Amino acid sequence: MAREMQRQKSMTRRAALLAGGQALLGAALVGRLYQLQILERDRYTVLAEENRINLRLLVPPRGRIIDRFDTILADNHPNYRVVLVPEQTGDIPATLNALGTLIEITDADRRRVMRDAKRHHPFIPVSVRGNLTWAEMARVEVAIPELPGVSIEQGLLRFYPYGASAAHVLGYVAAVSDKELTGDPLLELPDFRIGKSGIEKAEDLTLRGTAGTSQVEVNAYGRVVREIGRAEGQPGQDVVVSLDMALQDYAIKRCANEVAVSCVVLDALTGDVLTLVSSPSFDPMLFSNGLSPATWQELSTDPRNPLQDKATAGLYPPGSTFKPVVALAALEAGALTPDTVINCPGYIELGDATFHCWRSGGHGPMHLHDAIKKSCDVFFYETARRTGIDHLATMARRFGFGSPLGLDIPGERGGLMPTRDWKLATTGVAWQQGETLITGIGQGSVLATPLQVATMAARLVSGRIVVPHLVRPAGLMPAGGDRAPPNFAPLGITRQALALVLDGMNAVVNDPQGTAYSARITDPAMAMGGKSGTSQVRRISEYEREHGLRKEDEIPWKDRDHALFVGFAPVGAPRYVCAVVVEHGGAEAAGGSAVAAPIVRDVLVEAQKRDPGRRVPHPDTVAQAG
Amino acid sequence: MASISPDLGHRELTFVDRLRGIRWGLIALITAIACLGFATLYSAANGNLQPWSEKQMTRFAFAFVPMIAAALIDIRHWFRLAYWIYGLALVLVVAVDLHGLVGLGAQRWINLGFMQLQPSEVMKVAMVLALAHYFHALQTEEVGRVSKVVVPVVLIVVPVGLVLKQPDLGTAVMLLVTGGVVLFLAGVRLWMFAVGLAAAAGIAPLAWSMLRGYQKARLYTFLDPNTDPLGAGYHILQSKIALGSGGLFGKGFLEGTQTHLSFLPEKQTDFIFTIIAEEFGLIGGLALLALYAIVITYCFAIALRSRNHFGRLLGLGLATNFFLYVFINTAMVIGLLPVVGVPLPLISYGGTAMVTVMLGFGLLMNVSIHRDVRISRLGESQLG
Repeated sequence: MAREMQRQKSMTRRAALLAGGQALLGAALVGRLYQLQILERDRYTVLAEENRINLRLLVPPRGRIIDRFDTILADNHPNYRVVLVPEQTGDIPATLNALGTLIEITDADRRRVMRDAKRHHPFIPVSVRGNLTWAEMARVEVAIPELPGVSIEQGLLRFYPYGASAAHVLGYVAAVSDKELTGDPLLELPDFRIGKSGIEKAEDLTLRGTAGTSQVEVNAYGRVVREIGRAEGQPGQDVVVSLDMALQDYAIKRCANEVAVSCVVLDALTGDVLTLVSSPSFDPMLFSNGLSPATWQELSTDPRNPLQDKATAGLYPPGSTFKPVVALAALEAGALTPDTVINCPGYIELGDATFHCWRSGGHGPMHLHDAIKKSCDVFFYETARRTGIDHLATMARRFGFGSPLGLDIPGERGGLMPTRDWKLATTGVAWQQGETLITGIGQGSVLATPLQVATMAARLVSGRIVVPHLVRPAGLMPAGGDRAPPNFAPLGITRQALALVLDGMNAVVNDPQGTAYSARITDPAMAMGGKSGTSQVRRISEYEREHGLRKEDEIPWKDRDHALFVGFAPVGAPRYVCAVVVEHGGAEAAGGSAVAAPIVRDVLVEAQKRDPGRRVPHPDTVAQAG
Repeated sequence: MASISPDLGHRELTFVDRLRGIRWGLIALITAIACLGFATLYSAANGNLQPWSEKQMTRFAFAFVPMIAAALIDIRHWFRLAYWIYGLALVLVVAVDLHGLVGLGAQRWINLGFMQLQPSEVMKVAMVLALAHYFHALQTEEVGRVSKVVVPVVLIVVPVGLVLKQPDLGTAVMLLVTGGVVLFLAGVRLWMFAVGLAAAAGIAPLAWSMLRGYQKARLYTFLDPNTDPLGAGYHILQSKIALGSGGLFGKGFLEGTQTHLSFLPEKQTDFIFTIIAEEFGLIGGLALLALYAIVITYCFAIALRSRNHFGRLLGLGLATNFFLYVFINTAMVIGLLPVVGVPLPLISYGGTAMVTVMLGFGLLMNVSIHRDVRISRLGESQLG
C-alpha cells in the first residue's frame, strides 16, 4: 500500500511537471497570437487587402470627332461579339461546331479559341468572333439555350460614318504598340485602341479621356466576387474640326475620275481647313478591326499610295503656280516693275544652256500682268535671273514653302525651297544660275505640298501669314458659326504688289487669253481667280523636242506630268482658296488648266454656295473682305 | 488525494451508478467546442451548412455512441483487452502501409463505407491503453530497470516507424511524444530519456531520409516561409495574413475575407483555426484555447483522482494526446511549427479524429466512473 502511495506521489509530481510544460507551450501559443494579431496586425491587414482587392479599369468611351456643322465624323458603335466561358461550356469543339452552323467560324478562330481556353482561367470569357451583324446576332441569341456557356457581349468599336472620305484627316485607331506606352494604365489593356494618325493621333489625349476604376474583390483564383467601390472616369471629349464634311464629300465625288488626286480648300481669312482630300483613300475601320496581313500588303504596295495623305505629305514641283511668288519677290527686290517689258521668243539662253517656254513659238514682248495670264515661262526665267535665288527663297518662305506649316495633324511635310547653302551642303557643288531660272517656274528642286500651294493662295488674297489648321478650340464656336479670324500677322507686302499679282491671276481665268479661261466660273458673283501649273516628272529630251512630244496616252502614267491649279473666289473679295493636284494628270503644258482647273472651279462654286466660313458673319471678316 | 465514495467502495458498480458517473460538465465543454466548430465550418462554406457543417454535426452526434459506450464498459475489460486492441490497431496500420505500397502515394485510411478510418488515429488511443496496461502490471521498483523499459519502447517505436513510413509526420510525432509522456509519468528514470534522445539524434539522418520531398520542403519553408510564397510557403503565409489581419476583435462572423476568398487552402480541415482567429480575432482565438485548457485541466483532474495506476496513466496519456492535437495544430497554423497535418480536435472537418477524440473522452469518463475500482496486476477486480 505504501509502495502504491509512493508510486502515486511520484506520478503526481511528474504530472505537475507535465502540466507545467503544457502550460508553457500554451503560453507560447498565446504569445505568438498576440504578436501576429496585435503587434503585426497592420502589416497583415495591408497584405490581406492586397490579396483580395483588385483594381479594374473602366474604359472611357472615346470622344467623337465632329465637323464644323456638327456632322459626326468619328463615333463609337456597339460591337457585338460571341464569347464562351470554357468552364460552363464543357465540350468546346462541339459547341463551336454548333455555333458554326449559325455564324461563320474559321479554322483560325477555332484554333485561337482552343488556345485561349487553355491559356486562361476557365471562367474568363474567350472571344469566338466579333463584328456580328444584326442577323448573326439574332441567330445566336435564339440558339443560346442550347449553347452552354455562350453569350453575346457588347464592346465599342470606332466607327467612321463617312468611311474612307476623310480617312487621312481623321486618321484611325489601332492596338497600342510598346513604343506608345506612357504609363497611362489604359494603354496596357489588351483591347484598347490608340489614335495612330490624323486627328485621332493629334488629339488622342483629348479623345481618350481618363480611366475610371472599379475596385473588385477577387478570390485566390482571380474570380470577381463583388464590386467594392467605383470611381467613374472622364469620358473622352469631342473634338471639333474645321472641315465641312459636305464640301469634302462633294470634292471627293468631283475627284473620283482621277487616279490619284488631292484637293485642299481653305478659308483664306481664318485658316480653317474646309476640305482636305487625298485620293485614293483607305477604310479606317480596317485598322480598328485589326488589319489582315493581306490587306496591309495590298495597301502598302499600291503605286497610288493610298496610305499617304497627298494633300499634306505629297511633294510636287509647284510649277507655274509658283510664279506669283516669283513675281512678288521680283517686285519687292526692284528687279521688276509693273511696266517692265520682257520679250519671249520661245526660249532663253544662258551660257550654253537653252531654256524653253511651254509655248514653242513664244509669247512676244509683255509685262507682268500678261505674263501671269499666259503663264509665260521665259518672262519668269528672266525675272528669276534678275531677282536672284536669295530673294526668291526668302519670298517663298514667307508664303509657307520650304518648311511645314504646322498643321495640327501629324505627318505634314515641308517640301523644299532650294537655296545656295542647301545646294552646297547637299551636293557640294555651288549654286548654278540655271537653277535660279528653273526655280522661277516652280521646277527644278522646288517641292511643295498641295496644302502649301493652297496656303500660298490664302496668304496672297489676305495679305497675312495665314496658318491652316484643322482643330477648333473647344467652346469658341457657336454651332455652325464662325469664330473670330485669328489675328494673323501681315505678310508685309504692299497692297499694290499683291493687287498686281491677283489681277494677273484674275485674268488667268477670266480673260479670254488666260490659260484657264475655259474653266472660268460664269456667275460673276462667284467668279474665281487662279493659277495653273504643270510640273514635269521627267526631263523633256532633245529628241522629243525635235520630233514632237509623244501623245499623252503613249506615256506611262508614272511618267506623265502633274496637273496643278490653285484658285480663289469670289474674285472681288476672296474668301475661299482651293488647290488641286492631279498626279500625272496630263502630258501637255495645259494639264493644269485642262485637268485641275475644272475641279477647282466646281469645288469653289460649291464652297461659295455652302459658304461654310460665313454662316455666321463676323464684322471683322466683312471689313477685311471689303 | 482520491476521495473514496462510501457507497461505491464496497460493491460492484451498477449500470445506473455508471450512468450517474458520466461527467456532464465535460460533455458540455466538448459540445461547446464542437458547436464553435460547426459555426466555423458554416462560415468556411460562405454561410452554408453544406458541404461541411451539417455532416460534421451528424458525426458528432454519432460519436456520442462510442464515447458513452467506452465510458460505461467496465474498466477491467479495457485493461484486459488493452493489448488486443493495440494488436488490432497495429494490424490495421500495417494493412494501410501495405495498401499504400500496392497503390500509389500516401494512403492513410481504410474505407469503412460510412466513414474513412485512419488506423494511425486509433493507434493513438490503443498505444496509451497498452502502455497503461504494461506499467500498471509492473512492480514499482521494476520501473527503474532498463530491461523493463524495452517492451514499452518497442510498443511506441513500432507504430511510430510504421506511421512515419506512411508518411504521416504529425501523427508519428504525436505517438512518440504521447508514449514518451506515459513513460515519464510511469516513473521511467530520467537518464533513460537522455539516452533515448541521444539515440534519436543518432537515427535522425535515417528519419530524414525517410521523409518525402514535400515534407522536407515543408520543413525548409517552416524555417523561412517567405522564400517560396506561392509554393510550399503558401499555406503558412496565407494563414498568417488571415490571422494577422483579424486583429484583436476579428472581422466578424462570416466576414473573414481571406478564408472566404479561397486564399487559404484546406481551410475546413487543418487550417480551420485561421478562420476563427480571422473572424473573431485574438479574443476568439484565446477563448477557444481557454476552452481547450479547461478541458485538459478537467482531464488531468479526472486522471489524478483515479485510485488505480491504469486509470491515471490512461487519463493523463489521453489528456496529453488531446493537448498535442491542440498544440501542434495551432502552432503550425501560426507558424511556430512546420505544417504536419494534425487536425484541430472537435473542430476540424473529418471523421476519424472526431471519433477517436470522443472515444478518448469516453475512456476518460470511464476512468472517472471507475476511479475507485482496484485492478489487480492481472486484471481481476479488487474492490477497495
